[in-house]
Amino acid sequence: MPVSAVTICAVLLSVGQCGNQVGCRFWDLALREHSHVNKKGIYDEALSSFFQNVDPRRSDGGGGGAPGSRISGLRARAVLVDMEEGVLSEVLQGPLRQLFSSTQLISDVSGSGNNWAVGHHSYGSVYREQIVEQVRRAAEQCDCLQCFFIIHSMGGGTGSGLGTRVLKLLEDEFPEVCRLVTAVYPSAEDDVITSPYNSVLAMRELTEHADCVLPIENQSLMDIVSKIQHMAHTGKPGSVIKKDSTIISGQGGVSKTEKPFDAMNNIVANLLLNITSSARFEGSLNMDLNEIAMNLVPFPRLHYLVSSLTPLYTLADVNIPTRRLDQMFTDAFSKDHQLMRADPKHNLYLACALMLRGNVQLSDLRRNIERLRPTLSFVQWNTEGWKTGLCSVPPVGHTHSLLALANNTCVKPSFMDLRERFVRLYRKKAHLHHYLGVDGMDVSGFSEALSSLSALIDEYSQLDSTKTAPTQEPPRLNIAC
Amino acid sequence: MSVVTVQLGQCGNQIGPELFSTVYRDSSEASPKTHRECSHERFFRENSEGVLVARSVLVDMEPKVISQAIARASKSGKWRYGEKAHFCQKQGSGNNWANGYCVHGPRHKEAVEDLVRKEVERCDRLAGIFAMMSVAGGTGSGVGTFVTQCLRDMYPQSFILNHLTWPYGTGEVIVQNYNSVLTLSRLYQLSDALVIHENDTVHKICSQLMNIKHISIGDVNKVIAHQLGSVLQPAYTEDSPSHYSRNPIGELLSSLVCHPEYKLLSLCNIPQMSQTSLAYSAYTWPGLLKHLRQMLIANARMEEGIDWKVCVPSSRGDSVRTGQMAFNRSLANLLILRGKDSSSADAGGFKDPGLYVPWLPPDGTFSLWNSSVPFNGYEKSASLVSNSQSLLRPLDNMVRKAWNMFVSRAYMHQYTKFGITEDDFLDSFTMLEQIISSYTQL
Repeated sequence: MPVSAVTICAVLLSVGQCGNQVGCRFWDLALREHSHVNKKGIYDEALSSFFQNVDPRRSDGGGGGAPGSRISGLRARAVLVDMEEGVLSEVLQGPLRQLFSSTQLISDVSGSGNNWAVGHHSYGSVYREQIVEQVRRAAEQCDCLQCFFIIHSMGGGTGSGLGTRVLKLLEDEFPEVCRLVTAVYPSAEDDVITSPYNSVLAMRELTEHADCVLPIENQSLMDIVSKIQHMAHTGKPGSVIKKDSTIISGQGGVSKTEKPFDAMNNIVANLLLNITSSARFEGSLNMDLNEIAMNLVPFPRLHYLVSSLTPLYTLADVNIPTRRLDQMFTDAFSKDHQLMRADPKHNLYLACALMLRGNVQLSDLRRNIERLRPTLSFVQWNTEGWKTGLCSVPPVGHTHSLLALANNTCVKPSFMDLRERFVRLYRKKAHLHHYLGVDGMDVSGFSEALSSLSALIDEYSQLDSTKTAPTQEPPRLNIAC
Repeated sequence: MSVVTVQLGQCGNQIGPELFSTVYRDSSEASPKTHRECSHERFFRENSEGVLVARSVLVDMEPKVISQAIARASKSGKWRYGEKAHFCQKQGSGNNWANGYCVHGPRHKEAVEDLVRKEVERCDRLAGIFAMMSVAGGTGSGVGTFVTQCLRDMYPQSFILNHLTWPYGTGEVIVQNYNSVLTLSRLYQLSDALVIHENDTVHKICSQLMNIKHISIGDVNKVIAHQLGSVLQPAYTEDSPSHYSRNPIGELLSSLVCHPEYKLLSLCNIPQMSQTSLAYSAYTWPGLLKHLRQMLIANARMEEGIDWKVCVPSSRGDSVRTGQMAFNRSLANLLILRGKDSSSADAGGFKDPGLYVPWLPPDGTFSLWNSSVPFNGYEKSASLVSNSQSLLRPLDNMVRKAWNMFVSRAYMHQYTKFGITEDDFLDSFTMLEQIISSYTQL
């Protein structure tokens, strides 16, 4: 290779039970994806973005060859944090255990009791040093660190509280590295009573310290899973789904047994694989991670991106007309394919990114943008706000796929719902004492978090109000002729 | 006389190799020795093993595209890039002009200057520097602008020509209009001329003329390379009627850029068709020139859908008053004819003073080059490099959209965090409005 092989690396931090369950699916599917394209066992550039090459006989994590040499042992560029032992013990004993050295897993015994303050303040202080140390170590092993991916749920205590503390740490210690958070929001029927508190307290941190947030709602994941399972069981001729081609499938991965929630978590894992595909594999129109942040975030706080993945599955019938390709684009904008309860098509776009993988040409992309553009509303100052990427390597089981990321006011209803649920609890001061009893937690933390969320909702409302306003272009700069 | 090419960013490093392949193929396919030698001298040098090495420096902030460019060239077995002629970093500019211009550019100034210097020193005589980049992204545009500035400082007397690819109107990069405005305003002062290709135009050529069903970036780049090759390959000029011109860039500039206020050059090339149709076509020079002239007048960028109703206005007041811009007024045109009997073609139609602005001396407006060697498989082909109003509408659209976004201050924080201020934007807007005004009033 004439040009020195340098890779853009990312480090994945999974915090809490949900974060780590999703994380495991991610590592499993990542291995599956790479082994699909990497037949020769060479530690290539694509692999090195998420994995280190190590000599498994050494305990210090060194010894593996540089990109281009053979794989001796793969180690994930990850830090796994949980304040309960359950999930992390499983990791250490499970089929993925070779991917991690024990130092990468930071755990405690008692959990956070679904209390954001415990996660954020108590454990945050206790484990600060250790977490920073592990992240630093992972960062040092990167050729060029571009992005931190942080995964956690919003409704619990560890993921939500400690996860957002980790976010702040990353901002302090590595201010130049992009922080992309995948945040799983609880559904309205969530059985954790205090999940609205945890979610809103966490949201304030996300608004202030994350570069980009991909909000995911459990309900949407559940809906997608049922849709696929329904499809798989209709038995209609011509609707047979190709094995291992659904975005909920873990088939072909390392783990042989499917666990509960695996299907839902696979969706999120696939989201992360797709978002990083262009940075890992080649294509005619590359789209780096910092390009995503640049193009999709017009104002610093408005960085919540609704994602959709299509197709959900590949039909076994290979005689697929081009219509299917166009259908993929159409589906990307339908509310059934969004990973949160949101309808971008009937709300206002600030910006939109389309990341294509596989056998899709530039002309397909342009044709579909032109076709769909009139059906969507874009903010007045960004009427052609599209960011596009083409990666030649498709995901496993597909010939092509599309990831759409929308910065759209359609997030507002979900945020308003969340605020509503928070206020219902807060008004009655329900369970507050559990939080205020924690060192470092103040009642102002609650009021500020609520204001932050309200301010965010207001910003979206203001943008929405421009939707119906007559589009008038501002007068041009007048120069003396 | 040799041209040193600087390929900047993803676009520059994708079109560059196509250009070298095109000129290599053109001059190697059974052409007279003088033509081949001149072309090789212009674009390549020979290394110690007798292999042709492109006189090119490759610059990008991330390695993938450069890797591909170098690998493809080597695989061709015909020519390659220099061993150490590339500079790349690990992380791109994130589509951020400010990141490219304020951070990456200065950080790597010495390294890039060094590469260019070495390449220039290997030329017996430098015809000029040809910088290739897009205006939409972060590296080509931001780093490209910074590098052009450095080159201007290093070689104040040399000719610097920038090739700019303008993105599709319906975006590829959301902040493309900001990046374009910042690039164009600065390059205007640094470069001798800006040769522009618009993706939308080239895309239409691919779909309507070349009948390509599934157009890829490679297809678009091949057309651009073809058009550039048709200009840069050896030709007899007015200054050099019996030997191939040794000063192609200098002559191009003196023919077309008569006033520093007017530096935007567009390119047209006919005929353009698919490989399969080539064998079945026969063109005459009168036919080609008639089409090309009308394309110029009616501002048609390709030979389909030409509006034949547009004609040269009888009085100058006509087109300016109606403001329709149906008639495309020129400052200067350079016509390049390649192929059989090119020297006998009658280009009188292009000398019509009605085509041009009245305040330029008539003998300074039109130039004609030719070569009897057919170009790139076309028995006869004609290229027109124009300094006219043809880029006015796309430029105006670009500025309008950028201004629209600027008024809302969207994305400003992404630029200010690297050191580009709102005032910098305002300066750029002012400069471009000035250029728009100048071209409008032709």
